[in-house]
Amino acid sequence: MDSAAASNPTAGISYLGGHETTVKIVITGTFGAGKTTFIGSLSEIQPLRTEEQMTAASAGTDDLKGLPDKTTTTVAMDFGRLSLSNELVLYLFGAPGQERFQTFLANLARGALGALVLVDTRRLGESFQAIDRLEELGLAYAAAVNTFPDTPSYSVERLREAMDLSPQTPLVFCDARDRYSSRDALTCLVEYLLTLSPELAR
Amino acid sequence: MTASRRGRDSGLVRPFVIAGGRPIPSRNHFDHHTLVISRPGTPRSHLTAEHRRVVELCLPGALSVAEIGSHLDLPVSVLCFPLADLMDTGHIITRAPIPTAQLPDEDLLRAVLDGLRRRF
Ligand SMILES: Nc1nc2c(ncn2[C@@H]2O[C@H](COP(=O)(O)OP(=O)(O)O)[C@@H](O)[C@H]2O)c(=O)[nH]1
Ligand SMILES: [Mg+2]
Repeated sequence: MDSAAASNPTAGISYLGGHETTVKIVITGTFGAGKTTFIGSLSEIQPLRTEEQMTAASAGTDDLKGLPDKTTTTVAMDFGRLSLSNELVLYLFGAPGQERFQTFLANLARGALGALVLVDTRRLGESFQAIDRLEELGLAYAAAVNTFPDTPSYSVERLREAMDLSPQTPLVFCDARDRYSSRDALTCLVEYLLTLSPELAR
Repeated sequence: MTASRRGRDSGLVRPFVIAGGRPIPSRNHFDHHTLVISRPGTPRSHLTAEHRRVVELCLPGALSVAEIGSHLDLPVSVLCFPLADLMDTGHIITRAPIPTAQLPDEDLLRAVLDGLRRRF
């Protein structure tokens, strides 16, 4: 807008037209698995962040039980936006995969095309949690293994076995810092979703 | 730009359930990726500060619910209340994503795939 003053709170915001179809994909995984990096490498806007309050009742974990006055906990979600055409916009939402965030993840999963689980092989056990959460929700997913410098190298078979992936679930290697590599991981997920679409009855 | 022209041209609708002739927007209507745009020319003087911030943020164009929440520093669960009010009063219109009951169809998935391949 021409009359926009420097103090205009809407300055610098990249707007959409309003006619676009929007779709979302959930990016999950353990803390430090690369969710924020992944979203940042693909987003056309500066990645944004929102926070939600969760009650301890819905969280129900030991680390919260130790805090008598703490009845709510905050879960942060970062997200990015990627226009795929003039009519189609993809939103990527990053959500932690731990069990205590299940309510939050369930909300986010509603209406999502699918999910990508970022796997940090230094903490395979925790990646397993994120996969459990998605299976509970019935959200289709692919696994993307981020390779960190100090990553132990496992064979694909070992990884599949460790995560108990079904044979058709895609497993790809990915560098979340590289947008092409991140894009390829998403492509792999969507190709997989296409194979499910006729009988995808959730 | 008049309110009606903008609304019609952009393909935006006011999705509501008609009950007894009264539109009842549901808070559940607002998904994180639901697009919101303000209708220009609607009176704002009587709005609360929070409602006005939402309307003014979405005047230049459309933003998703998650983006609005982030820019206004409001959790999406809280933002849904002013959004429902503003839809009821006609200050905003929304473009809801593909209904969740509907499965992602093949054409949509193919369009996503094509877009991803072409984007970079
Ligand atoms: N080598 C390598 N480092 C990565 C990769 N993805 C993320 N990182 C780094 O790992 C750290 C944690 O990543 P972050 O995106 O914050 O993880 P989050 O907690 O899941 O959001 C950061 O220092 C990143 O730079 C990757 O694919 N390869
Ligand atoms: Mg993060």
